[in-house]
Amino acid sequence: MGVIPLGHYLTLAATLFTIGVFGIFLNRKNVIVILMSVELILLAVNINFVAFSVALGDLAGQVFAMFILTVAAAEAAIGLAIVVVYFRNRGSIEVEDINLMRG
Amino acid sequence: MSAELFLFWLMGAVTVASAVMVISAKNPVHSVLFLILCFFNAAGLFVLIGAEFLAMVLVVVYVGAVAVLFMFVVMMLDINFVRLREGFIEYLPVGALVGLVLLAELVLVAGTWAMREPTTPAAPALAEAVDNTRALGRLLYTEHFLVFQIAGLVLLVAIVGAIALTLRERVGVKRQDVARQVHRRPSETLVLERVEPGKGV
Repeated sequence: MGVIPLGHYLTLAATLFTIGVFGIFLNRKNVIVILMSVELILLAVNINFVAFSVALGDLAGQVFAMFILTVAAAEAAIGLAIVVVYFRNRGSIEVEDINLMRG
Repeated sequence: MSAELFLFWLMGAVTVASAVMVISAKNPVHSVLFLILCFFNAAGLFVLIGAEFLAMVLVVVYVGAVAVLFMFVVMMLDINFVRLREGFIEYLPVGALVGLVLLAELVLVAGTWAMREPTTPAAPALAEAVDNTRALGRLLYTEHFLVFQIAGLVLLVAIVGAIALTLRERVGVKRQDVARQVHRRPSETLVLERVEPGKGV
């Protein structure tokens, strides 16, 4: 672990995670910022994975962090594609307007 | 304070500050730029902890692909961002409440956890010194190979899905259709007319 204690990284990841959740609450209308908040949350999870992986000396954590990166990239691509299609059809990306399915 | 600890505080502070700016910037373009800054600093933190390969992947994948994708979408869509900001203050208290509770819980967990002593002895150190990338590659291509392939499948599905979602067949566009060209027969398109002299067709 070196000179940086594990708790430092965990606290940093917790802070990032909270900021991401807070961002989803704060930008209830803007889908793009919500997607960015999700990316922040996934980054926080990745930091946790890497910190524990180094602390325990087990590289499996870093392998999993890579898979999280993969899934996050796929999620961003699909999410943004949906946003583009939605904007093309409705001319707006407000979350409140997304009610075609009456959910 | 050692140099590593100083770097950790510096990059951690920039990471958190830019994350705050991501969710609070007025202009989504600025949000994307702060997201890039956040990812760069997170990559620095990864280098600091000794996960160089993931740091590089973070820079390449996130900064090089995902953030550029976000930037592309933000700039391509003609959105009235002022309207999207309505209700920002309205949602602030409940969001802050939820965020504070979550942060308090997480910090309490992070501050009071204790790790059980490993019952099994740690994996024996490899004979030769291996750098992070090489060790990760050895693990990825042997033990986690199936998951690695599934990750590739996930990316393939994402590609196909994104293209299928956004591909639009435009009407009224003259486009070359090779199959139609090849299957054209003279009999379908060519008519021989005997034109009388002095008259039009």
